[in-house]
Amino acid sequence: MTECYYISQNELPAVLETVSGLMDVWVPLKTGTHKTAIEFAPFTPGCRPIFDRQSTSSPKSVLFPQSETLFKFRYLKDESDPTRQTVALTDLEEIRPALVFGLRPCDARGFLVFDKVFLDGIAKDPYYAKRREKTVLATLACKTPDSACFCSSVGSGPGDRQNSDLWIIPIDDGFVIEALTEKGREVLPRFGKPAGESQIKQAEKVQKHIDGLTVGKADLTGAGSEFTRRFTDTEFWRDQVSKCLSCGMCTFNCPTCYCFNITDDAHGLEGERLRSWDSCMFNHYTREASGHNPRPEKYERFRNRVGHKFSYFPERYDGMMACCGCGRCIRNCPVSMDIRQIVRSLKENADV
Amino acid sequence: MCDTTINPYLPELATVKEIIEETHNIKTFRIVLNDAEKMKNFTFESGQVGQLSIFGVGESTFVINSPPSEKDYLQFSVMRTGEVTQRLHQLNEGDQIGVRAPLGKGFPLGLLKGKDLLFIGGGIGMAPMRTLLLHTLDHRSDYGNIKVIYGARTPQDLCYGYEFDKWREGGADLVLTIDSEAAGWTERVGFVPTVLKEEKPSPDNSVAVTCGPPIMIKFVLQGLKEMGFADNQILTTLEKRMKCGIGICGRCNIGSKYVCVDGPAFTYDQLKDMLPEL
Repeated sequence: MTECYYISQNELPAVLETVSGLMDVWVPLKTGTHKTAIEFAPFTPGCRPIFDRQSTSSPKSVLFPQSETLFKFRYLKDESDPTRQTVALTDLEEIRPALVFGLRPCDARGFLVFDKVFLDGIAKDPYYAKRREKTVLATLACKTPDSACFCSSVGSGPGDRQNSDLWIIPIDDGFVIEALTEKGREVLPRFGKPAGESQIKQAEKVQKHIDGLTVGKADLTGAGSEFTRRFTDTEFWRDQVSKCLSCGMCTFNCPTCYCFNITDDAHGLEGERLRSWDSCMFNHYTREASGHNPRPEKYERFRNRVGHKFSYFPERYDGMMACCGCGRCIRNCPVSMDIRQIVRSLKENADV
Repeated sequence: MCDTTINPYLPELATVKEIIEETHNIKTFRIVLNDAEKMKNFTFESGQVGQLSIFGVGESTFVINSPPSEKDYLQFSVMRTGEVTQRLHQLNEGDQIGVRAPLGKGFPLGLLKGKDLLFIGGGIGMAPMRTLLLHTLDHRSDYGNIKVIYGARTPQDLCYGYEFDKWREGGADLVLTIDSEAAGWTERVGFVPTVLKEEKPSPDNSVAVTCGPPIMIKFVLQGLKEMGFADNQILTTLEKRMKCGIGICGRCNIGSKYVCVDGPAFTYDQLKDMLPEL
């Protein structure tokens, strides 16, 4: 381990407060939107970040807000022709640098999926790109996977450092923090002081323990061909999704779900074009103006979600799965739908 | 390949120069980008689409149905169906709209060159084919016979009637049909797939391009197969609800394909490889 700092739990709030003067600092907090819900929110003095369990919703909103303004428009009287109106558009605003402190490896992997979509396509998404460039991901090695977690099933794991800028290892009374990227190196010196030998030893032990964990028994990789073969098996899909309520909770809390809608919001002569999270679990998602809907039934919409994550996305983006195994879609589902079980059924009953 | 200083979500402002009333529910808009330099340098391929914006209402996708050689304006034909199209139909000449174009892939011209071309269209389905038809007429010597079978419910439902003579003069064999007899109608009568069968075009060295209502497409495809057209000799364009138009928002997928960036023009053998979720 090189370039490691140690910060005690007691000192952390003061440091986060200092850093929040330089950049937006996002930490997992009980924000009060729901009594037990933990979500990433801006650090404020006196707030109490929660690091001992996964946040209820993913930190995706930091880089991809639930709703954001793409641009503003204003209708004006045309000076050259008094019978007409012109339109003025204002482009995107400056974005402040940010630090996300205490996300999990699964959350960081979610951003890896986002990077493919928003940065590597035929056009770069400038809103995501600007935030991404200025955001430091400080990821907490995950000591506390629960029964809904399955990151190892999708080719990741609780010690997966991929896509993080800072790597935080919890040890007794504090954290050993390692810089993994240039962006990480720039902010690292703010976190306490260089770690001592015994702290590094402790951290190595914790990391070794975490690396040894297998989170999720089933192998859910490579399910694409089974999915395709099973696509038209209507009975299978109807059976799998009968209890689903189509509430969309799974997609909104998912670190890899990025599908969005674009709408206009106008008041009188001015307004803005917004982009907001959408969900393929909703009937109107694909409904066309003519009334035609390619996915009118619940099983078709659920099938699309499974297909997108385990078949379409890997096909489009070099084999990468659009699932990070965080388990939020299972943990938070009001009827305990379990995507692991569906993908496993696809694979196990492939020849049925 | 992308310049990060360009915001692909930000429309260009454009002015409606001319509005043509095609049918009771279809209007054609000729628009000009307000930025003269951008208008001059605007290039696209037949089959590519644009997103038209009414600020305050939203955006919808339409094919650019003027040919790439038309430098004075971009043409879109719009059927009044939903909120955005309703508002588009209320526009007057001189009004300002937004446009994001060109988006998507054009027709595969390499596949068409040197071939006899057969265009089979119904109703508003002529719009995406008009750009290709005019392009091929612009380069008439690059193609063999060009036949167009175009039908609609009534004579009043045919779009572009004012330029049929020009298509014929340009070297297209134009077969027009309506669903049932109408006073004063001297051309063919019958559904498009039926007229196609009567015409019995040869598949030899031919490519068929078809666009129209799903039920017409279904029987046209059947007819073409019976006549011996192979899957890679048939082209069509797909429609889906679209938002971003640049392969990001996730809405217009058919399996792993996005209509907005992988289409909207597809060959029938590409379609056959897709998951059945049209």
